Amino acid sequence: MDYSYEAVMGRKNEIVRSSVGIDYGEFEQTGIAFDYEKMMSETAPSISEIVEIQREAGVGNTPLIELRNLTRLVRSLSPEGYGARIFLKDEAASLSGSFKDRRASLSMFVAKNRGFEGVIAATSGNYGAAVASQAARRGLKCIVLQETFDSNGRGQPEILEKGRACESYGAEVIQLSVGPELFYYLLRLLEETGYFNASLYTPYGIAGVETLGAEIVEQCRTQLGREPDHVVVTHAGGGNLTGTARGLLKAGATSCKVIAASVDLSGLHMASDNDFNRKSFTTGHTGFGVPFAVFPDRSDVPRNAARPLRYMDRYVLVTQGEVFFATEMLARLEGMQRGPAGNTSLAAAVALAGELPENDVMVIQETEYTGAGKAPSAQLSFAKSLGVEVVRGDPRELDKPGTRIALPESLSQFSYNEIPLERLKRSYIRQILKKGIDSFSREERDYLSQELRCDIETTDTMIKEELRNGKAKKR
Amino acid sequence: MKAVKGQWVQIEAQILSPKERAQGIPEDTSKLPYVMRVKGYLEDDEAAPGDTVSIRTLIQRLLTGKLLEVEPAYKHNFGSHVAELADAGNTISQLFRSLEDKGH
Repeated sequence: MDYSYEAVMGRKNEIVRSSVGIDYGEFEQTGIAFDYEKMMSETAPSISEIVEIQREAGVGNTPLIELRNLTRLVRSLSPEGYGARIFLKDEAASLSGSFKDRRASLSMFVAKNRGFEGVIAATSGNYGAAVASQAARRGLKCIVLQETFDSNGRGQPEILEKGRACESYGAEVIQLSVGPELFYYLLRLLEETGYFNASLYTPYGIAGVETLGAEIVEQCRTQLGREPDHVVVTHAGGGNLTGTARGLLKAGATSCKVIAASVDLSGLHMASDNDFNRKSFTTGHTGFGVPFAVFPDRSDVPRNAARPLRYMDRYVLVTQGEVFFATEMLARLEGMQRGPAGNTSLAAAVALAGELPENDVMVIQETEYTGAGKAPSAQLSFAKSLGVEVVRGDPRELDKPGTRIALPESLSQFSYNEIPLERLKRSYIRQILKKGIDSFSREERDYLSQELRCDIETTDTMIKEELRNGKAKKR
Repeated sequence: MKAVKGQWVQIEAQILSPKERAQGIPEDTSKLPYVMRVKGYLEDDEAAPGDTVSIRTLIQRLLTGKLLEVEPAYKHNFGSHVAELADAGNTISQLFRSLEDKGH
């Protein structure tokens, strides 16, 4: 068997088909189009079945906690009548410490039912621990691949912690040096072992999160007698946002706004050995958030079930310093040590809540466990040891990913940069035009209008304008 | 430190040489080999760091590589005292106390 990079990548389709057990071809339509809803409904169980599977797996039903002191503090700095009530869905209470248990639980259920001996997940994040934990509960062998260390053998403390967690659940952890060849090695191992591919982006990986959105709606109805107005989601690969939003809709919260939040890491190259350890966030950042929004099918399966632009109402960026400060706020004001990476949406909420009426209900939809390697002190000490400056000051002026982290001096310095969704939608179109496609069938245009969540006329206009811009550039 | 059969060790192995790596990756990354590290129980009778050895992993897979460390420890921790962070925490507590005093 030829194990060269090119040869293994060339066998991608057959390896993915047998390791995920989904024939994606069944959902393809003409050209660029595919039937997303058909794929979701015909491969993943229904939400009521998922609730049952997750109950058996010890997953879900995490508390929804009102952050009263944080809300008071936000209101003290807001105009009269402003400052939405802030609630937090404490997903850190999950077995392995994050909402990723929801995604893993469904994949492990499927893997076990189909008779796989083991599972493999390629992730440096909480998902690895979730897969290892759920695999342990189902008696499945588990391999977790993690991009861990740079050429000096130095590992991001947060990733080292996730590796420890996985090993504690009995998983084999393969730590890798920096590079996109993680995917190549995943394919190679899937082929060699015949294990199930616990990809984050299969319908199972996304449908498992739907219960999170549905629980938020049910808890708001029970605790407050109403539905949430805004749900803030830490956004990276798009699965958290897609799954949560689908759950909100399935539970009937059709007018709830879904706000994506990422840490701004622009300027750092994700595949660079030099930059690798200069980021203090291994997920929830723009290095995943933007590319996965504008080109979801870049993932490790032919059709990504996470399609964030279909569900996103707003996209805001916060700085690393704001997230660290928000993490401190959660500890000092609410008695909760969590994150920090999962607190990206918390940092955004601090800035957003002050602009919203005080009767509005805003839910931050997840937390994650903290501990050695993850705590802000661990992250900031590591950043300092690499020469990254840590200062107090206005993050909008001072924060520079990889160079300087600015912790706000006061709450009034909390803010966000909003990425207009139209910019992302146009970028999505350009990704398709780049492949040399310049005309679209009716079915493709309908598909694009669903993908971009706008009417067919707006879709047509954007396509036309981007085609014209592209041609003008070529000249 | 020598390792004996059955001891928990970490090995390192090259997956791709620099010229076998993916196209289009940043220059600083492309000149390096693509490498993996993994832990398991030593299969050889005895070995020293640098020796090529076999291990059995936690899920009983047999792997080969260069012995890196014997009974490797988890060394990640909570970090040093970060003055800026502690200072930020105190800012928050003060803000909260002033709210309480004002009876907000």
